[in-house]
This record gives sequence, C-alpha cells and structure tokens, in this order.
Amino acid sequence: MNIDFNKLFFTFLGLMIVLNWGLLMSALMRKIGARVAKRYGIPWFQPWVDLVKNYAIRSQITHGVMFYLGPVFRLSGGVGLFLFMPMVFGSDLWTNFSFKGDLILILYFQFFGMLGMALGAGEGGQPHSFIGISRGLSQFTTIEVPMTLAVIAIAVQYQTLSISDIVAAQQGGIMNWTVFTNPFATAAAMLSVLGAFGHSPFNLVKAPNEIPIGPPTEYHGTYLGVLRTNAAILHVVEAVLFMNLFFGGATTWIELIVKSFLIYFWSVFVGMVFPRFRIEQSVAWFLKIPLILGIIAIILL
Amino acid sequence: MTEDNFKMSNKQEEEVSKFFAPENEKRKVETPDGEIIEINPLQDYFSDARPKVHHPNTSKVVEKFLNWARAESLWVLGFGTGCGSIEIPPLLTPRFDAFRFGVQMRPTPRQSNVIIISGYLAVKTLKRVIRSYEQMQNPKYVLALGSCTINGGMYFDSYNTINRLDYYIPVDVYVAGCMPRPEALLSGFGKLKELIKAGKGEKANEYVEKFDWYKANQKKIIQDWNMPDYNW
Repeated sequence: MNIDFNKLFFTFLGLMIVLNWGLLMSALMRKIGARVAKRYGIPWFQPWVDLVKNYAIRSQITHGVMFYLGPVFRLSGGVGLFLFMPMVFGSDLWTNFSFKGDLILILYFQFFGMLGMALGAGEGGQPHSFIGISRGLSQFTTIEVPMTLAVIAIAVQYQTLSISDIVAAQQGGIMNWTVFTNPFATAAAMLSVLGAFGHSPFNLVKAPNEIPIGPPTEYHGTYLGVLRTNAAILHVVEAVLFMNLFFGGATTWIELIVKSFLIYFWSVFVGMVFPRFRIEQSVAWFLKIPLILGIIAIILL
Repeated sequence: MTEDNFKMSNKQEEEVSKFFAPENEKRKVETPDGEIIEINPLQDYFSDARPKVHHPNTSKVVEKFLNWARAESLWVLGFGTGCGSIEIPPLLTPRFDAFRFGVQMRPTPRQSNVIIISGYLAVKTLKRVIRSYEQMQNPKYVLALGSCTINGGMYFDSYNTINRLDYYIPVDVYVAGCMPRPEALLSGFGKLKELIKAGKGEKANEYVEKFDWYKANQKKIIQDWNMPDYNW
C-alpha cells in the first residue's frame, strides 16, 4: 500500500489551521457579541485557555460506553467532514481527500456527529439532554430538507457531485459564483445554514438559560474538551462547505479565512437581532420560506 | 470501586428510610422469568463510592501551566443562596463585565469549577450545596460571599442557618461584607486566581482527605439525610 506522507502531513497541518482558526473565530464572535452589549468581552485567547482547562480536569465520571463514544462520534463527524472537504482550490496539498462524489458523503457526515451525540448524551440520563436531543434532531431534519434541495439544484446545474468541480465551475469572476447564477438555491441554503450553526433564533438545542445547555449537560472535562474541539473544526468546515458551493471557493488561505468569517458572521448577525424560536416555530419556519425557495430552485432548472 | 462503598448500619437505614418517597423504598420484585430480586432504587439514582484524591501533575512546569489555565478560565456554577445571589448577575453586565477576567457562568455543576456560596446558607440549602459541590469535578473551588458564611453574620442566632461554612465544605476565598458589592466579588476572583496560580487551590483534595470529618459535620446539622454519603 502506498502512503503519501506528504499529503498526510499537509492534511494534519490543515486540520490544525482549521482548529485554531475556529477557536479564534469563536472568540471574535463572542467579542463582537460583547461589544453589541457594550461590554469589553473575553480576551481573544479565552477559547484556548478553556480548552486546556477542560483537558486538565483531573477527575472524570462515566455513565457507560455510549457516554464515552458520544464525543468521539461527534469529533469523527467534524474531522470526517474536514477530511473530504477541498479547502483551497487549485492546490494539490490542501484539497485533503476529496473525490468525485464527496458532496453526498459530506451531506451524510453532517448528520453523523449529531446521531452519535444523541446516543451518548442519552446515556447521560439528564432530562435536559433528552429535551435538547429531541429538539436538535427534529430541527436538523427540517434543516436538511431545504439544504438538500439547494445542493441537488446546484449539483444538477453543474452536472457534478464533486465539490472541487463545483468550485472550478465558479472560477473566473464574481459573476460566476453560484450566488449570482443560482440565487434561489443560495438563499435556501443560506437560510438553512442559520439552523446548522445553532445561533439564535435557532439555538433551542442548547438553549442557554432554558434547558441549561441541552445535550452536553452531563459532559465535563475531557469529554467537553473534545466537544469544543469539534465545534471549532465543524464551524469552519461548514462555513467552507458553503463557501465552496455558493461563494466561489478560495484560492488562498487568506481568502478562505475572510469568506468563512463572513459566512459564520451571517448566522451570528441574525442571532444578535432575533430572539429564540420555540421548536414548533423553528420547524414550521424551515418548512416555509427556505423550503419554498429550494423548490423554486429545483423548478427553475 | 465497589470495595470502597459505604455500608449503612441497619439502624441508620431504618432512620433514613423514613424520609424516602414510597417509590424509592427497597423492595423485592418478581422478574418476568419468575426470579425474585431485591432492588434499591436509591442505588440506581446515585453513586455512593468514596471520593479519591487526585494528585497534581508530577511535572512542576506542566502543573504551573495547567494552573494558569485553570485560573484564567473560572467557570462559575449558577447557584444562588441568600441575598448575595443578587450580586452575581451584575458581574455579567457592561459595568462590571467579569468575562474580561475569564469568569464565565455555567448552568451545570459537571462543567463548573467554582461554586459561590452567596450569603446565608439555610440547612435545607446546605443539602443542595453539598450535592452540587460533590458533583463538580476536581479541581474545584469555593468562594464564600458575605459575613454570613464566615460567622453567621446577622443570622448568627437563627435556628435554620449554618454559621460557619468551612465546617461543611472547604472554602478557598472569603469575601467579607454585608453585602459585598460586585467589585468585592471581582477582587475575590482575583484572590482566587492568585491562589490557584500559586498551586494552593487544592481544597478539593483536602475535602477528600478530611472526608469523614466533613461528613460528620454535615450529618450533625442535616437531620433528614436521605442521600448517599457521596454523590459525584
């Protein structure tokens, strides 16, 4: 078997860049949130300190095997998403392990971590976890409907299921981006991404102050550290997915960082303006405007 | 862990069972295949293994770095007792903004490192404090706010409040006053950070080492002890 160590090294390096950018991005978002509330906010390195602190907790308890595996599944969902995502277009080293049909795999991986977490948090036995999980799964199922319609629309538009090919088709000027060639699919996807990032108004999975913090209520120490590591990776990779599909991809890391910041900021911006939905409102909302936009995108093909 | 489990004497068990809800009583149940088993629902709800001492990292450099991280990331359990709990919410407002110092609120004891005992502590609340404190993971810190936690304060002769908090759980930092303002609480956090960075935030291990003494004190004042001796 032929192992390309050079490729492995750069993939690992890419993962580290994504992790650290994810942590910095979450700190920046919290800083922005603090400034909106006229506070100074956390220091910019707070997410790293929290991570070290969590990994350094000395005692840990378990509720069973699935309780261990929950964060592991969640992390493998995030890392798996990263592994099959081409990060920088036109570079052999930063396209990771993307292949011809990676779009399908990535749609699957988005759900994978969620299901693992549901099993793990379920074994924790904390009632708030159950409420969070049932909300999360029902909301994510409805998010997937407009998102999948949008993805199918652009897969048909570009006649490919490879993310690299979709990015390649958008090169050569801003007017070639999917956001201009297929605005309805982009609108449907950008509305459903609000739910995927889990900021207000769709933060009823973790719902601070209501069901303390939902699924991870029982998770502590290293478990929580793994979950937070994954969150940092996942937020960047999801933003990169949408950047690749709708905003012309990135040809350099700088472009990637700017674009993923703006895409993530979109959900934070909406979150700062709108209060939290209840679950029935949120599910109904995703099945109204985003779904209609997704259907229009399909019909117009 | 099973060999360390606490065993209550029969008389103790009888005492304790007086306070149980009927569904929590020990009873014999017939399984679908005809076997008769004894179940103790309380055992299913709680763990009652004895706590363990968790020693600091043997490498001094590593431990110093980890202590710095612990000090800069204090996650406070959202738990309010007495009048001092009204002093905690202002910490998160623009005026005091405790986030600057790495102080963040957590809603669950599992993820928190600091518990603030904010003022007088009724015996009924002490029970909840003990349970919350024991569910927090090592290392954990206690910040006692107000004079009531030191000597009872203005409730010194009250029939249902405790006078000295450090008889029941180990306290890292006292913030005196009645009531201390949020600034005093912030300076208390500063003091706590200094202690942790100096490697003196090992009260969680002290609790384990003097466990029997703390338990005896707790049981002396809590008459209806209907929980296991230690619940993580």
